Amino acid sequence: MSEDTRETILETRGLTKHYGGVHALNDADFALAKGEHVAIMGDNGAGKSTFVRQITGVEQRTSGTIIFDGKEVHFKGPIDSREAGIETVFQTLALADDLDVPDNLFLGREITKFNWLGPFRLLDYKAMRKATLEGLERTAVKIPNIRNTIQNMSGGQRQCVAIARTATFSSKLTIMDEPTAALGVQETAQVENIIRTLKDNGEPLILVSHNMRQVFDLVDRIIVFRRGRIVANLKKEDTDGQDVVAYITGAKTGAEYAGAA
Amino acid sequence: MAQSTEGTGGLAFDKKKRTWPNELNIFIALLIIIAIFETLGQTLPYMNDQSFLFDTRDRFDSIFNEARLRIIILQVSIIGIIALGVTQVIISGGIDLSSGPLVGATAMIAMSFAQTELVNGGLNPKAVFGPWAFDLPVLIPVIVALAFGALIGAINGSLIAFTRIPPFIATLGMFLICRGIAQAWTRGKPVSFPTEGYAGLGSGMMPVYWFLGLAVVFHFILKYTVYGKHTYAIGSNEDAARMSGINVQKHKVMVYVIASMLAAFAAVILSSKNLTAQSGMGIFYELYAIAMAVIGGVSLTGGRGSVIGTVLGAMVFGVIQSGFTYVKLDAYFQLMAMGIIIISAVVLDKVRQERAASRR
Repeated sequence: MSEDTRETILETRGLTKHYGGVHALNDADFALAKGEHVAIMGDNGAGKSTFVRQITGVEQRTSGTIIFDGKEVHFKGPIDSREAGIETVFQTLALADDLDVPDNLFLGREITKFNWLGPFRLLDYKAMRKATLEGLERTAVKIPNIRNTIQNMSGGQRQCVAIARTATFSSKLTIMDEPTAALGVQETAQVENIIRTLKDNGEPLILVSHNMRQVFDLVDRIIVFRRGRIVANLKKEDTDGQDVVAYITGAKTGAEYAGAA
Repeated sequence: MAQSTEGTGGLAFDKKKRTWPNELNIFIALLIIIAIFETLGQTLPYMNDQSFLFDTRDRFDSIFNEARLRIIILQVSIIGIIALGVTQVIISGGIDLSSGPLVGATAMIAMSFAQTELVNGGLNPKAVFGPWAFDLPVLIPVIVALAFGALIGAINGSLIAFTRIPPFIATLGMFLICRGIAQAWTRGKPVSFPTEGYAGLGSGMMPVYWFLGLAVVFHFILKYTVYGKHTYAIGSNEDAARMSGINVQKHKVMVYVIASMLAAFAAVILSSKNLTAQSGMGIFYELYAIAMAVIGGVSLTGGRGSVIGTVLGAMVFGVIQSGFTYVKLDAYFQLMAMGIIIISAVVLDKVRQERAASRR
């Protein structure tokens, strides 16, 4: 199945971000089809995280257009993007240690009753627990007891909880920023299994990763960033590790990006 | 040790697997402390045979020494009201040092709106304002007090949330400002002779009812409302809370406003109970309130603690204070002993946490 026949979920045109005089991201044109898994690779400082931060609204872009789910969007903050259906799993785990699993999944968007009470509206613990169990089931995440605080969980379990948010809120796009960077072998395997589950469910994913094996195992397409620009857009079948490394290091530049190097 | 989660049990929500609540530890500690004082009372050579908490002389129609129990709880209930607010502040990862002086300032201001006109047939000798401020309905001084508390809390909270200065510094500054307001209000003169309605707010066992009533309310709020959940989340991981879409700045302001309003309400009860307001009221209250929370298991690093814990902490505090007097410990040594107990409580909590961490 060619990606062209599928609907596009996310598209960026000329996405640019300058920090003062530093051009962290230049003219990024990117498209992601529904159900597609794409990896973003590149050296440190190549612009990967900057790219993700513009999409998720963590930072405001200098210029360019973002089209998500058919509409041009202007996310003012990460909350906006999340409400639109983009779920991000950050490198640093955005979890509150002293809260349990449902609390963390629903943090900032609790299921509540008596909403006229404003900030004192009541939490619907039962509904949140139920939705949590369903979300965990869908991602095949196993947590011994969801009522335990996150603090007492292993790194893998914590990352799984972060990823399980995606399934719980049936988001339209998942972005993972090096989800296994801090994990052991077994835990990495577990996270990768969840990513495969997402794939099977047809949920699109942007995976920022340094791990070549992981990328070739999991995704359909590889985008390479170098010095703030996209320098390659490679289908997995048409490339190999050495090729990708050549793009990352700058030994090669994609023909269509000739001006970028 | 890479611990696999595969195959480790199902997804069931298992009530039995819930961890041992910290509040139970504090309750046990409370019982142990009572037992220690009881034993000391029976064994120390200079003590007569009076029991610490039990009615051994059949003075009351119960098995307990009601008089002492009453004094213990009455003693802690006003500071306990402050501790309820301080608990929320500490759970959110902050600290509030301004509550003691705020009690002094609020008591002065509120009492000025609660004065009665005639005292023993003559004009109120302590009148602060003109005749318009005499014999106002009781609601007015209460509203003035709560509004003043809210204002101070809003300043505290805004300073901490928007200028990002450490809560310790912001509330330390407010500590001095409030004590200054208390002294400047009447140039140091006490404000006295409240209306009957105002005096009724804190008479008899009223402070205890207010304390326990507010404790129930805030226990509920912290445990079952979005406000409570976000307070824990911010104290636990502020960045995560922000990324999750919680308006951290707004929430912090709200936490400090509520804490200061509780301290202001404590000032109303205190001045009503004493029938007078003095600029020196509430000295050390901020520290005692923090101590109650900390003894009750509220973690100074934020994210952990509960109202039940703080209430138990207040009880421990009261029992120790009363116990020191019971065993005739010189008042000069009581402060030192209290300090040692607070430090021990924090050390014990730390040890317990580290043991829990190594078990995972």
